[in-house]
Amino acid sequence: MQFEQTAENNKVTITLRGDYIACNNAPSPAHFIADLKEKNINKVVFSAKELGAWDSSLVVFLFYLAKLGNAADIDINLKTLPKNLERLINLALKVDRKPQSKHLSRLPFLESLGEHTLVIIEASLKSIRFVKGILKSFVRFCKSKAIMRKVDFLFALEDCTYKAVGIVSLVSFMVGLILAFVGAIQLKAFGAQIYVASLVAIGMLRIMGAIMMGIIMAGRTGASYAATIGTMQVNEEIDALKTMGIPISDFLVIPRITSLIIAMPFLTILADIMGILGGAAVGITILGISPQEYWQYTRDALAFNDFFVGLFYSIVYGFIIAACGCYYGINCGRDADSVGIATTRAVVSAIVWMIVATGILTVIFEVLGI
Amino acid sequence: MTKDEHEQSGKSIKIKATDISVAYGDFVLLENASFEVKERDIFIIMGGSGCGKSSLLRCLTGLMPPATGSIEISGVDFTAADPLSRNKIMQKCGILYQGGALFSSMTLAENIALPLEQYSHYSKKMIAELVSLKLALVGLAGFEDFYPSEISGGMKKRAGLARALALDPDILYCDEPSAGLDPISSKLLDDLIMELNQSLGTTFVIVTHELASIFTIGTNSIFLDAETKRIMGKGNPQDLLKNPPNDAVFNFLTRGKDENA
Ligand SMILES: Nc1ncnc2c1ncn2[C@@H]1O[C@H](COP(=O)(O)OP(=O)(O)OP(=O)(O)O)[C@@H](O)[C@H]1O
Ligand SMILES: [Mg+2]
Repeated sequence: MQFEQTAENNKVTITLRGDYIACNNAPSPAHFIADLKEKNINKVVFSAKELGAWDSSLVVFLFYLAKLGNAADIDINLKTLPKNLERLINLALKVDRKPQSKHLSRLPFLESLGEHTLVIIEASLKSIRFVKGILKSFVRFCKSKAIMRKVDFLFALEDCTYKAVGIVSLVSFMVGLILAFVGAIQLKAFGAQIYVASLVAIGMLRIMGAIMMGIIMAGRTGASYAATIGTMQVNEEIDALKTMGIPISDFLVIPRITSLIIAMPFLTILADIMGILGGAAVGITILGISPQEYWQYTRDALAFNDFFVGLFYSIVYGFIIAACGCYYGINCGRDADSVGIATTRAVVSAIVWMIVATGILTVIFEVLGI
Repeated sequence: MTKDEHEQSGKSIKIKATDISVAYGDFVLLENASFEVKERDIFIIMGGSGCGKSSLLRCLTGLMPPATGSIEISGVDFTAADPLSRNKIMQKCGILYQGGALFSSMTLAENIALPLEQYSHYSKKMIAELVSLKLALVGLAGFEDFYPSEISGGMKKRAGLARALALDPDILYCDEPSAGLDPISSKLLDDLIMELNQSLGTTFVIVTHELASIFTIGTNSIFLDAETKRIMGKGNPQDLLKNPPNDAVFNFLTRGKDENA
């Protein structure tokens, strides 16, 4: 940025000549003002008769010059600028509202430790309140007093039942296949490959079917719950529900939780069947077991308690997935980013809680001898 | 600058729409509309709800092609242009969206710096200074480090305006700039638009229903009608009020009062 300056007495004249478009190398206004201070100059006027085209890069220089000049008690005479330039700079100099300062102070270690602890306690209390709210709503739901729309429930049910059949079948077929392969490698060494049938049947029925379902549905349905409800939070729809006095746990959570709890056992049965078929595919085609034999061993291995344990796991998983999805959706922030965060958290925490629940339930079943 | 000065001839044409139709598939909103926006105009697009104002704006800003006809911006055929030259043209156009459309994961400063970093060759320091200037211009000096979620709706609009101004646009499109603002804030925004129009020489194309702003800031306008799918009135809003070409325009500009006046 080029300009002439001529000093006389305690006044300096800045001559702007030609075009000032996209000037990157403006002199620093701060240095300029400091320079004037040093020379005891307290008045700046402009001569802009030959000023051509200009853009923000000139305005920015003049703006800071005027701002710093005012602070340093130097009279920057903007009136000598072209009218529109003067108006623009005056507009920028006008401060109509000052922000309250944002202080991002760092706490000392002990205090921040305490604060983190408080945050964790608060979060735990919040989730306990949330679960309590769900249980209350569930009681209302059973008495058919919950405020919810039947269509919401049916939509949710539709989404997690027959729309999920494709992916569920595919994945559990593959799991059965893999289970059979892995088992066969060991069992073949003892010439006992026929037990692949039992292995697959028991494995799928008792736990693998339910676990695979849990992971698929956490990624598929839990994530979608969190994203949908999170977006509702962003659009202030949740606020609208709250102010209408409609309990969110009735209106948003119950349809989703009940439909997932209803859907999970059926999906698990489907997964069991597909897993056994996957195992059979390996057993019959690769291990050379005859279909009749395979079916015989599978049927011998099938036990009702394994089947019901698997279904019980799946119901618990259904609750965990839907609750995590809804919880993180409802507690989503107000911008696009937080919807992403809510979705991630919903899936991750659903999987973590599923594993925790599996651990606890397994111990309980062990003790009960089921 | 007074209204009369605007009336002077010899102002170049910034936007020229020739026989454009706006439609979503078979659903036609506007047929064979032609209009011109002159340099330094504050051009108002008005009309009842759902008559296709926002859709017309989408055509003008290249988000949607017009079904027929052509749009010239600064003498270049915008509809026929390839994506690259279209992008070039759009860099000279700023857009203020109805809700501000600020990126929520960025601070105001980062929001405004984004187009500058993409399309200008300024140094980092210069960009920071420009950002502060633009924020100061819209009355948000000192709000650089705030996130959009931390400021009010009116402030978001202004921040959106600051971002639209980032690249010193020739043309600034605004969709309902005063919707959702209180009367004072909306008047301040109008003042700001006029001030920027006169000091920077920016051409404004504004979609609005607000009668007060239509009359104070508008230098030229078109009135769209959903029934006939045509432009039912053209010209300076105050002249339109004095000599309304038809009942639709008259009713709109007088809020349906004095039917028989
Ligand atoms: N993506 C779309 N697909 C189909 N029709 C649409 C689409 N967007 C808008 N419309 C229809 O086009 C019509 C005009 O919409 P538009 O948003 O342009 O109206 P508007 O004049 O801006 O109204 P308002 O003043 O209420 O903002 C409406 O009837 C709407 O239903
Ligand atoms: Mg609109």
